[in-house]
Amino acid sequence: MMRLTLARRKILWAYIFLAIPILFFAYIRIYPTIFAFQMSLHDYNPLAIEHKYVGLENFQKLVAEFNNLRSPTRAAFLNTAAYVVLGVPIQLLLALAVALMLNEIRFLSTFYRLVFFLPFVTSTIAVAWVFRMLYQPQFGFFNVILQAFSLPQQPFLSRPQQALPSILAVVIWQGLGYAVIIFLAGLKQIPQIFYDAAQVDGATRWQSFRHITLPLLNPTLVFLIVLQTIAFLRMFAPVLAMTAQGDGGPLNSTTTVVLRVYREAFQSFNMGYASALTVTLFAIILGITIIQLRFTSRNIQ
Amino acid sequence: MDTFQQTQRTSLFERPGRAGRAAQRGKTNRLLSYAFLTLVGITMVIPFLWMISTSFKPKTEITRPNFFPVEATGANYTEVILDTELPRWYANSLVVAIMSTVSVAFFDTLSGYVFAKYDFPGKRIIFIIFLSSLMVPTEMLIIPWFIMSSNPITGGTWVDTYWGIAFPGMITATGIFLMRQFMQGVPDELLDAGRIDGVSEFGLFWRIAVPLSLPAIGALCIFNFLGNWNAFIWPLIVTTRSEMMTLPVGIQFFSTEAASDWNLIMTGATLSVVPLLIIVIIFQRYIIEGVALTGLKG
Repeated sequence: MMRLTLARRKILWAYIFLAIPILFFAYIRIYPTIFAFQMSLHDYNPLAIEHKYVGLENFQKLVAEFNNLRSPTRAAFLNTAAYVVLGVPIQLLLALAVALMLNEIRFLSTFYRLVFFLPFVTSTIAVAWVFRMLYQPQFGFFNVILQAFSLPQQPFLSRPQQALPSILAVVIWQGLGYAVIIFLAGLKQIPQIFYDAAQVDGATRWQSFRHITLPLLNPTLVFLIVLQTIAFLRMFAPVLAMTAQGDGGPLNSTTTVVLRVYREAFQSFNMGYASALTVTLFAIILGITIIQLRFTSRNIQ
Repeated sequence: MDTFQQTQRTSLFERPGRAGRAAQRGKTNRLLSYAFLTLVGITMVIPFLWMISTSFKPKTEITRPNFFPVEATGANYTEVILDTELPRWYANSLVVAIMSTVSVAFFDTLSGYVFAKYDFPGKRIIFIIFLSSLMVPTEMLIIPWFIMSSNPITGGTWVDTYWGIAFPGMITATGIFLMRQFMQGVPDELLDAGRIDGVSEFGLFWRIAVPLSLPAIGALCIFNFLGNWNAFIWPLIVTTRSEMMTLPVGIQFFSTEAASDWNLIMTGATLSVVPLLIIVIIFQRYIIEGVALTGLKG
């Protein structure tokens, strides 16, 4: 048998240990990524035998649909943008407020933390159906409450203007606890001595928040902004579960990019076009992540 | 404790009058905090209470505005458990979540260990490629995965099989990254001592590194389990027969079909949510601290 030095034997073992993970990532992650790009350049119907190469036609169709005021694809992109632009700041501001207060109290703080965290670990689908009932006209909980205060009934999910905020509220509700936990972890890392020093110098609570908490919390904030932006860009399950026939209605008012992908790929079998949509989504996610990391990390100084 | 120290310090450095006012202000703030937190807490709990309470209402009561059932009944539960495949969906979710969690626990830990403790050509580039796969959203891969799963030439017919549901999550980049961080803390001297004693390379991993990183492996397992338990979009696509659906997919189909039988829909939701909530409440400390530690999304 060949004699190997220890260093060489270790190299060999490293490759043996990594063999399955390398094969896994190559076949389950990298190959499908390339495959998705490739599909986006083809007229890909899984039922057809041949898949014609169409160049950038799928992307041209995407642009054309985006420019068509009444197309669901345009609605999907605009709604997704609305979910991100409204969802991320509202969720993070609320979570920050909750975390700051939780950080100040001792009594019951573990209990509150747990209560806020529970929705996060429950299945989005179950949560979405519960809220779909809460939003029902007449007997839904929210309308019962409105009625109790003699306020006018609201259609919530059944009116285009209200449907998107109604779904957004559920997503914010469900993800709040996660952001709170991460904020709390960030707050715990700020040394108490900074606050003590500020207090000695006669700083007000707002001043110490503005000049100590906020700058030192910046890495946490960047992390959460990037993460939640990506999460909102990928919205799918709540919309599927909370709209009639999962169509992103009424009148496409709640549909998202991923919902379009699902319907194009698995209901109309336009997999080439659906892949073009996912490639676009990937590009948007990548772009936003890079911009946010640059922009927000510069703010630290 | 901190509060005590703070007030003490305040009285040391400030004039008594100001300190008294500050303490007073602190107390009011704390009261406001409790009021706000309680309000948010109620918002968090009410949907669950409504769900559970509706699950005990007879169908005739769901259009009435009362919060609690007038005549509570367990009939919804018998109906949902006996007439739907919910028990089967439960079993499926359990099988898939356990399958992927066992695989992740082994392969992520082993890979993390290798990246932390071995030097070999290509280490950096392999690690970067693994991690960069995180940038690609699942949604971009589901279409290729579906083609791979249904085409007998490239991958066999994985549609409606446990492997088909579980394969995308059998090894995760986040887990490898997490375990690498943790394994870096395993002392090299310990491993070298093992080598001198003639322990095999796998033995070093299995008998020295793994026992030292059990807490991290535990956290990894919990998050992976939760993540797989709630996974939706891929199981939705790769299952076509009702008896192979996972719990979220089953609940989606069942609820869509039940239309306006909200009592049954809420029963299904309760059955799918409550056992997990109980587990989370029992292990809350561990789970919440783990989330804070790793920032992992379930």
